[in-house]
Amino acid sequence: MTRALLCSLLLAAGFASAAATAQETQLKAGVLTPVMPAPELKLSGSDGQPLSLARFRGKVVLLAFGFSNCGEVCPITLATLAGARRKLGAEAGGVQVVYVTVDPQRDDAAQMRKYLASFDPTFVGGVGTIAQIETAEKSYGISVSRKVYPDGKYTLGHSSSIYIIDRDGGLRAVMPYGHPVDDFVHDLKILLRG
Amino acid sequence: MNRSLRRSLLVVLAAFAAVAGWAGFTPIHLETREQAFDIPQGTYARRRAGDLVEILPDRIRLTLGLNDVLLIRNHDDVPQTFGPTIMMPGQSFRLPFERAASYQFVCTAHASGQLTIDVEPEPVTPWARIHWRVRAWWESHKK
Repeated sequence: MTRALLCSLLLAAGFASAAATAQETQLKAGVLTPVMPAPELKLSGSDGQPLSLARFRGKVVLLAFGFSNCGEVCPITLATLAGARRKLGAEAGGVQVVYVTVDPQRDDAAQMRKYLASFDPTFVGGVGTIAQIETAEKSYGISVSRKVYPDGKYTLGHSSSIYIIDRDGGLRAVMPYGHPVDDFVHDLKILLRG
Repeated sequence: MNRSLRRSLLVVLAAFAAVAGWAGFTPIHLETREQAFDIPQGTYARRRAGDLVEILPDRIRLTLGLNDVLLIRNHDDVPQTFGPTIMMPGQSFRLPFERAASYQFVCTAHASGQLTIDVEPEPVTPWARIHWRVRAWWESHKK
């Protein structure tokens, strides 16, 4: 009788533990299945080197698109990503943030370097010609809209998701805009340990 | 009011109370938390040919704790953009929601190019459960 009770308790504990593990290993981001290689970037980096995703193989890459004059979305996204890296502590070395401009007319390497450094000096910006940037946007399904003011100045609306690329270069998941730091930390820990 | 009419009324009231009690106090259970949508093969070609292809509704309603995961499967021969990502042919995208809010997405699988996902809080009070069940019943009979 006691043995049967003990077995039942152990079994229940096993199921509970398995359920908890499944919960812990499930990403907060949207997951793509099957995992396919992330479209390669052929751009220039704000660090002065050619920018390709292959450069960061072995790291988890957080890829996003934006521009340095963005007043609403980009500062929040970049602050969130910087916060996630800070919270990861020593593990942050395994994470690389790549931020590709959608405004090649105003964002050059120097501008992106200065802008990104105000959030985290390890962030690398992607710049290039209009054609190069359009190719990158198309391969990730990025939409960009332009609003021109009467004085000729303009602002851009753009897709704001963050693409999560695993250590092997697979486009694993996509985090929609607006998720908090802790959601990124949760997913990055899973991908860094996986 | 005669006795038999009163008795009938009481029976009806008792039955209504029993149904309302069940609907309000029994937790809602769904077989899966995924709300799945398929983009069929040939969608892009049909749209290019001028067909008005409707795959997804204008609005999708999800409920936290019940069906709070959106699953989109791309069976088409071309990539499709759904909101935050691009899906290659044969790929699926599973997007969980943890916060009640209204989300706007760009979606090439949708004729208008826009999709709204309303994520509602989990119905935990008796009244919220009754409301959820009545609406689900109404929507399933509307189809």
